[in-house]
Amino acid sequence: LPTTVYRGKRDFDRLLIKGGRIVNDDQSFHADIYMEDGLIKQIGDNLIVPGGVKTIEANGKMVIPGGIDIHTHFQMPYRGTTTVDDFNQGSKAALAGGTTMIVDHVIPEPGTSLMEAYDQWRQWADEKTCCDYSLHVDITHWNDSVKQEVDNLIKEKGVNSFHVYMAYKDYYQMSNSELYEVFTFLAERGGIAQVHAENGEIIAEEQARMLQMGITGPEGHVLSRPEELEAEAVFRAITIASQTNCPLYVTRVMSKSAADIISQARKKGNVVFGEPITASLGTDGTHYWSKNWAKAASFVTSPPLSPDPTTPDYLNTLLSSGDLSVTGSAHCTFSVAQKAIGKDDFTQIPEGVNGVEERMALIWDKAVTTGKMDENMFVAVTSTNAAKILNLYPRKGRIAVGSDADLVIWDTDSIRTITAKTHNSAAEYNVFEGMELRGAPLVVICQGKIVLEDGNLHATSGVGRFIPCSPFPDFAYKRVKARKQLAVLRAVPRGMYDGPVSEFSMSRGGTPSASARTSPTKQPVRNLHQSGFSLAGPPTPDDVPIRPAGRRIVVPPGGRSNITSLS
Amino acid sequence: MSGSGFQGKNSIPHLTNERLLIKGGRVVNDDQSFYADVYIEDGLIKQVGENLVVPGGVKVIEANGRMVIPGGIDVNTCLMKPFLGTQPVDDFLQGTKAAIAGGTTMIIDHVTPQPEDSLLEAFERWQEAADKKACCDYSLHVDIPQWNESVKYELELLVQEKGVNSFQVYMAYKDVYQMTDSQLYEAFSFLKQLGAVVLVHAENGDLIAQEQRKILGMGITGPEGHPLSRPEELEAEAVFRAITLGNRVNCPVYITKVMSKSAADTITQARRKGSVVFGEPITASLATDGSHYWSKNWAKAAAYVTSPPLSPDPTTPDHLHTLLACGDLQVVGSSHCAYSTSQKAVGKDDFTLIPEGTNGVEERMSFVWDKAVAMGKMDENQFVAVTSTNAAKIFNLYPRKGRIAVGSDADIVIWDPDSVKTITAKLQQSASEYNIFEGLECRGAPAMVLSQGRVVYEDGNLQTQQGTGRFIPRKPFPDYAYQRVKFRNQVKCVDFQNGVTRGIYDGPVYDVIPTPKYITPAPSAKTSPTSHQPPPIRNLHQSNFSLSGAQIDDNVPRRSGHRIVAPPGGRSNITSLG
Repeated sequence: LPTTVYRGKRDFDRLLIKGGRIVNDDQSFHADIYMEDGLIKQIGDNLIVPGGVKTIEANGKMVIPGGIDIHTHFQMPYRGTTTVDDFNQGSKAALAGGTTMIVDHVIPEPGTSLMEAYDQWRQWADEKTCCDYSLHVDITHWNDSVKQEVDNLIKEKGVNSFHVYMAYKDYYQMSNSELYEVFTFLAERGGIAQVHAENGEIIAEEQARMLQMGITGPEGHVLSRPEELEAEAVFRAITIASQTNCPLYVTRVMSKSAADIISQARKKGNVVFGEPITASLGTDGTHYWSKNWAKAASFVTSPPLSPDPTTPDYLNTLLSSGDLSVTGSAHCTFSVAQKAIGKDDFTQIPEGVNGVEERMALIWDKAVTTGKMDENMFVAVTSTNAAKILNLYPRKGRIAVGSDADLVIWDTDSIRTITAKTHNSAAEYNVFEGMELRGAPLVVICQGKIVLEDGNLHATSGVGRFIPCSPFPDFAYKRVKARKQLAVLRAVPRGMYDGPVSEFSMSRGGTPSASARTSPTKQPVRNLHQSGFSLAGPPTPDDVPIRPAGRRIVVPPGGRSNITSLS
Repeated sequence: MSGSGFQGKNSIPHLTNERLLIKGGRVVNDDQSFYADVYIEDGLIKQVGENLVVPGGVKVIEANGRMVIPGGIDVNTCLMKPFLGTQPVDDFLQGTKAAIAGGTTMIIDHVTPQPEDSLLEAFERWQEAADKKACCDYSLHVDIPQWNESVKYELELLVQEKGVNSFQVYMAYKDVYQMTDSQLYEAFSFLKQLGAVVLVHAENGDLIAQEQRKILGMGITGPEGHPLSRPEELEAEAVFRAITLGNRVNCPVYITKVMSKSAADTITQARRKGSVVFGEPITASLATDGSHYWSKNWAKAAAYVTSPPLSPDPTTPDHLHTLLACGDLQVVGSSHCAYSTSQKAVGKDDFTLIPEGTNGVEERMSFVWDKAVAMGKMDENQFVAVTSTNAAKIFNLYPRKGRIAVGSDADIVIWDPDSVKTITAKLQQSASEYNIFEGLECRGAPAMVLSQGRVVYEDGNLQTQQGTGRFIPRKPFPDYAYQRVKFRNQVKCVDFQNGVTRGIYDGPVYDVIPTPKYITPAPSAKTSPTSHQPPPIRNLHQSNFSLSGAQIDDNVPRRSGHRIVAPPGGRSNITSLG
């Protein structure tokens, strides 16, 4: 086998997994899987396969679709430095944890070209990634040229999800009007609007207050970003999305209140997806008060981990019930020295936690072994739902004939202790340090090749392919399309109003001059009989049948609010 | 003399020296009902009880077992709110007459200065007009049209010297009155220090502006464009945001004009979590709905235009009454702001220009009675609470107003629960041509109204006197809103004292280009990580962190529950009592 594989000239293994239990998001069943050329070719019992095929005995263990980590920040530039896990290191960690595809965020500096940033990220990822990947593009400013670029990215570059910020005042943050425009545009083009939901304005005020009180350590981070501000922004984002009839995806659901808002909105019929991350599912914000500055700083991420220790359990519950839809890791690791940029001012601490490697095991341990979630739901939240949102289903996220041969033989009984000493990330700290997790990948197959076996990782840098995502994913857009057809607004046909009109000073928006207190001038010649209204109290005759009947009211012409509140 | 607290003025004739005895009535306060006589002198209630010893020659009113309740307080009227230079048709005279005819003996009007206007001057203009014309006692809210330094000074003056303890801020009306979240935060913080109640007009103005443009672009110019461009979700969103700000700043928040189920539900949920928030539905939202915006009669449809708009959902009034009955909403206003049809017609070709406002000051109490008490949702004591007592408490007028007790002002209504009338513009006191409740039948009405100890309404006849209304000054820090806030303040302060004390971090620090945060770093500045080498002389043993996975506080047991439940300064826990 060649050690370096070039794109287009791949030599794929032929593999047979025998005696496994295939677990998809809808069902589990015993069957063998035959793979060739990186694709699943056959599924069933007693398959007829060519000779000399490498066979893996699954011995009844679970075979699941490889995980999709829908939120990573590998090799992310930050103020002249770069996160310590590049696409190689990061995707290795992903594979070690059973994740065979990642979706990274392209973050253009405000004012710079989205397309250039996209090309840059593509270049970095193509060079180094060991597993397939896709990209989200963050919209960090909004104008007509950005619009054009977003359009091109959707149509030609295989990006269908764009991230906007409600926080980071005077930097990434967008106003409500801009959000409205972005969402409207994405809804037309079939994109998914992802939001970083925190109220940046109030955060700025609170940060100033904390610093003024002399709180400069990492605890200031969580104190200045209480979970209410997350919930508020989530609520606002949902409102805007509902107005614009655009599917919404809330990245990094970190608190109970934010999760509750999402679940309430879903119950009212809003098309909204929530993404808790490994950190919010596995640990909490009490560590911000650690006496060890470096440890406390390693937990700094935004929105912050909630100091409420019941949060992880709660989020796992909502994930199990389907109120939260997908899990990411938001893996974004900085070294202690990098974090120490903010040693005297918590607002300067680079934000990000690890989690790409621990994601699947953590959910298995916290949700499946506790009996909250079944194995099918586990597959849904770690892989299938993400594939559906990205419009990659069933190529990814499912074990089926024709799907990519990204799969994992999952060992439900293996117990590992998480520690920075043995993790695959380059970071010195691991926010899950010391945690004992049950469940781990035994064998990982990526693009039809074995990359993890017997505890040994055989990842190859640069084999990861960019997987283009197409717009209008059914999972999000089917409902949106149906609503669009309903939401046609009509004007009420009325006769022209021809009654008297008050004189007024037309300075709307400015100060009406105080002198302009006019007397209502009546038009000199006016025939009341031809007028559609009368000054007298009793309603005009044509008025009577118009008092709408109940049916009329329930679906008023274009009563959009009713369409989105299905209750 | 007329009542204490009579401020400085004025030239009105003495009207309040009548002595009156209400005999045989059932006194209904917000906490209890009992049979007693009420003796009134000099505009004050002097005695309450049975077999009172009163001077001879006193005029006696036989209540014959009917309810004797504190006069209503309408917390939201706009009798002088200019719109593009014109004034509403109901001024302080017409408006207060209508109030009294409906059993309301005090109004709190909104002073609505334009951006750039002086708040103080506007306040004085309002006060002057009201002193000349008002027929019942009044007080004033002041709206803050924009936020800046000079406003602060005026607010301080208004609170400390002018007897204003409530100010309204706007989350809607983009580019006119609307404040940003940062400004709201500052305004809330400042008003809290002054001990004022923050009134919020809660609608998301940014989104409304977008929707208005969209709706006009579709060729919809009639009044139906108004609710279409202001869906109730935008109201609920703003309510949620206002409450979040209130929690952050630890400041009481009062939502004016609760018009929709979703907004009311948001308030309810926040109260369940311990937020200090009050909700004010108005006569219109309690008695009618937004289906009329689709009327073929333009003038009629336009008469319903107010913001937030009436909800097209016909179950809204019933829902709001239920919440009012259970205490989740606290007070009822009318937001009475009557414009004539010709004034409304300013917006005949563009719904965004229709002056906003509906009637309701006269119908307010009757509708609450009809739709809540007569339906068995609410008892008579809660009726008194939501129409009068709660308002007096929130705005620090209690027990002078809002209660029948010795020493309180003699603003009293004898209520007839059985009277049935049909609302029509022909018989109303308001000068507007349309009544949005036209044709609705309503049970319950005042039989007699006493204002300042004088009979001003009896058996359908008004005996009001222009200019008798006094300005009632209000002190800051009303207990009803601020007691909890004060305690929470103390809790918070104590918590913040113990921030984490740590050794100084002396490990390696990455060199960053000295650009201030949030300024675009030059793209050329991709530096090599030079500072990965530790500084030359560093003693790891003195450092309290280590680069290995093992951590210095590994042996410290995980923070116990109690620390977490109230983390230092964990303010969110203070407001989420649940």
